[in-house]
Amino acid sequence: MAKLHVSTTINGEPAEFLCEPGDTMLDALRGPLGLTGSKEGCASGDCGACSITLDNRLVCSCLMLAAEAEGQDIRTIEGMAQGEKLHPLQQKFLEMAALQCGICTSGMLVASEALLQKNPRPSEEEVRFWLAGNLCRCTGYDKIVRAVLETAADMREAAQ
Amino acid sequence: MTDIRYLSPDTLDEAIKAFAAAGSAARILAGGTDLLVQMRSGAVRPGLIVDIKKIPDMTTIEETADGGFRVGAAVPGAVLAEHGRFGKVWPGVLEAVNLIGSTQVQGRASAGGNLCNGSPAGDSVPAMIAAGAIATVQGPNGRREMPVEKVPAGPGRTHLLPGEILVSFSLPPRPPGSGDAYLRMIPRTEMDIAVVGCGVSLTLKNGVCTAARVGLGAVAPTVLLVEAAAKALIGGKLDDAALNAAASACSAACRPIDDKRGTIAYRTRIAGVLLKRTVAIAAHRAGGN
Repeated sequence: MAKLHVSTTINGEPAEFLCEPGDTMLDALRGPLGLTGSKEGCASGDCGACSITLDNRLVCSCLMLAAEAEGQDIRTIEGMAQGEKLHPLQQKFLEMAALQCGICTSGMLVASEALLQKNPRPSEEEVRFWLAGNLCRCTGYDKIVRAVLETAADMREAAQ
Repeated sequence: MTDIRYLSPDTLDEAIKAFAAAGSAARILAGGTDLLVQMRSGAVRPGLIVDIKKIPDMTTIEETADGGFRVGAAVPGAVLAEHGRFGKVWPGVLEAVNLIGSTQVQGRASAGGNLCNGSPAGDSVPAMIAAGAIATVQGPNGRREMPVEKVPAGPGRTHLLPGEILVSFSLPPRPPGSGDAYLRMIPRTEMDIAVVGCGVSLTLKNGVCTAARVGLGAVAPTVLLVEAAAKALIGGKLDDAALNAAASACSAACRPIDDKRGTIAYRTRIAGVLLKRTVAIAAHRAGGN
């Protein structure tokens, strides 16, 4: 069977790729598209390491077929920094050491950015619930949650 | 994996034609949060995947002129939560749908998929049954309606006929004084599968319960409508005697499995406990309406 040809938008740029009908979006990102920032942890939607946004909605790219990207707007961790300038969440994760091995980090960042876009003033409980689908086996979560809360406060201040 | 075909038709007629023609090897793709896991594990090897999300009927929420709702089968939980009115009228159905999985899963997973996946522990199903929701299904022989409690046939199986696709849920208009709620018992605080799930919808008039429906999940091969529990609640003031009778009816309806998540004795007892707690929340909400 011939491969499917998919035209989509990734991090604001038009993109095209070929995929098998059964390939996941994560397969396409990490394979033909060469965007390896999204990680495969569990491949079953439990760990969130492959988090991306699909038309501004946070999803696991391992639970989405690559073919579904046709005509959609995909955003990945690779689109988060503006050139050399890190996103405030990325900067804060570094400053506060909100990571250790780093496998969960791109998913944590993509998910946290989606939260702050929807809710610029989350409570600690809201951060923890929002990130419940992002597993981290190193940090114990505390530094991650604090980094997200501090970034939210910084971004609110910067917006004033 | 090379023998899979993927289609994303724009109309229901095209979807049904392709789905019916492909027979038992075809699978419907809504949010994919069950299907892709099943494909990955090798449990399912579809010859054809029919993505229904380009069909407008599948992805829209409508408040009908009579005050009811029509919810497309593929509407994701996050989209249902963002609807301005749905959660105010049906807070129990919404909380049940929103308990399924993580934020990421909520971005994709739908009540339609939850029902068609056929799990006895699907969280949205007891709440939909309590709400009196009607499923609209369409196949090669036309469209028909079935109460949600008539859809599940057993673990992983439904009473949909070959080629039939679930299109939407219809929820009835709410009389004044109505409320609904859903509670589930899990051993942790979130991101888990129900050991018992209980949905209750009721209507109060001057403190007297005039209508009630109870749905019970994860305690039998299918999610149950417990009519005996509803009967115990209707006609009285939801006093201890009525609640105890309804709780006993729930426990009596249980035919659970014994597994690492919960023993038969535990699930049976918890069914009654959850009924009382869920009624209390539904009654409180009814009082505010």
